[in-house]
Amino acid sequence: MHARTDTSEQQTATWPEDIYSVLQRFDVRQVPYVPDAGHSRLIQRVLGSDTMRGIPLTTEEEGVALVAGAWAGGQRCAMLMQSSGVGNCVNMFSLVPLFRLPFFTIVTMRGEWGEYNYWQVPMGSTTQAMFELSGIRVMRANHAAEVREVVEAGAAQAFNACTPTAILLSQRLIGAKVFVK
Amino acid sequence: MSKTNLLDRRDVVSTLLKDRKGMVAIGGLGASTNDMAAAGDHDRNFYLWGAMGGAAMMGLGLALAQPDVPVVVITGDGEMLMGMGALATIGMQKPGNLSIVVLDNERYGETGGQTSHTSAAADLVGVAKACGIADSRAITTMAEVEALVPRLQELKGGPKFANVKIDGANVERILPMRDGIFIVNRLRGSLGFAPI
Repeated sequence: MHARTDTSEQQTATWPEDIYSVLQRFDVRQVPYVPDAGHSRLIQRVLGSDTMRGIPLTTEEEGVALVAGAWAGGQRCAMLMQSSGVGNCVNMFSLVPLFRLPFFTIVTMRGEWGEYNYWQVPMGSTTQAMFELSGIRVMRANHAAEVREVVEAGAAQAFNACTPTAILLSQRLIGAKVFVK
Repeated sequence: MSKTNLLDRRDVVSTLLKDRKGMVAIGGLGASTNDMAAAGDHDRNFYLWGAMGGAAMMGLGLALAQPDVPVVVITGDGEMLMGMGALATIGMQKPGNLSIVVLDNERYGETGGQTSHTSAAADLVGVAKACGIADSRAITTMAEVEALVPRLQELKGGPKFANVKIDGANVERILPMRDGIFIVNRLRGSLGFAPI
């Protein structure tokens, strides 16, 4: 395992930029998010964007409702959250089939590879099943080199095939948070 | 309920939606969405039959996507209380074309009339103001409702919030359509988007 905190690998990784360019290519215009350290570079990039609007949420379920409104108004969204936020969305996920939304979310995983904080484990270990029970397909990226193609394939499936999709960025990829040395 | 001279919900909603021009109206779960149907169906009516707590956020997504179209969310006190964090999110984005109107009867009318938090403690106008929505009004008269109508059409000057005290009467249930895919695609069509 590797640690997340300020390693040079974390600062120089290109996958956050890869994700940003895929979102741009798919004409994503609204990016609702609840912050996560694993998403911090992408969030920063979105907040500085001319074409995308980053929208901080107080809780993840707000983002699902926002996606519905944006789609009704003709814009695509990509929602950013961490695995613990997925549970907050469950009732609101009913909008995805009810409106046949092209729902697309990118989720940073906690509670798996090298986790210290076991409070993250219950939700982290049910994230995938929670999505699948809600009718949302799951794809996963474990290594930096595959992030671009996984996000690209997921976005194509969500926006072109109108197939709701969640991309899980594994904790192995983003690095486990270090609490104690 | 001890207060007198409370407003009739159907009068309030039909007043808000008269001369609406291109305004999109989102009706929150419960009686509010029925009130919109009672005022007359419209291509730009967005009826919610579920997703309690989500109406204001749907309004935000729509308002940001269509900055030249006025968007009004009409919902109840219970629905707004469930998604109160949305007021903080909206207060940060400040879309000038978004209005939120809460029909506040201080109760959960659809489930037996249990009292809600606005009956005793919660002040939604205070919450909205404190979240940065400067134009937040407490409305108790039809004259104030009439005064709000032209403001709904304005696209600048930040989001608007109004809490309208209505009576707790159970009115005739007038149901809107409930096919979500049809409702969303009808609205998209009216905004000029072709089917996928």
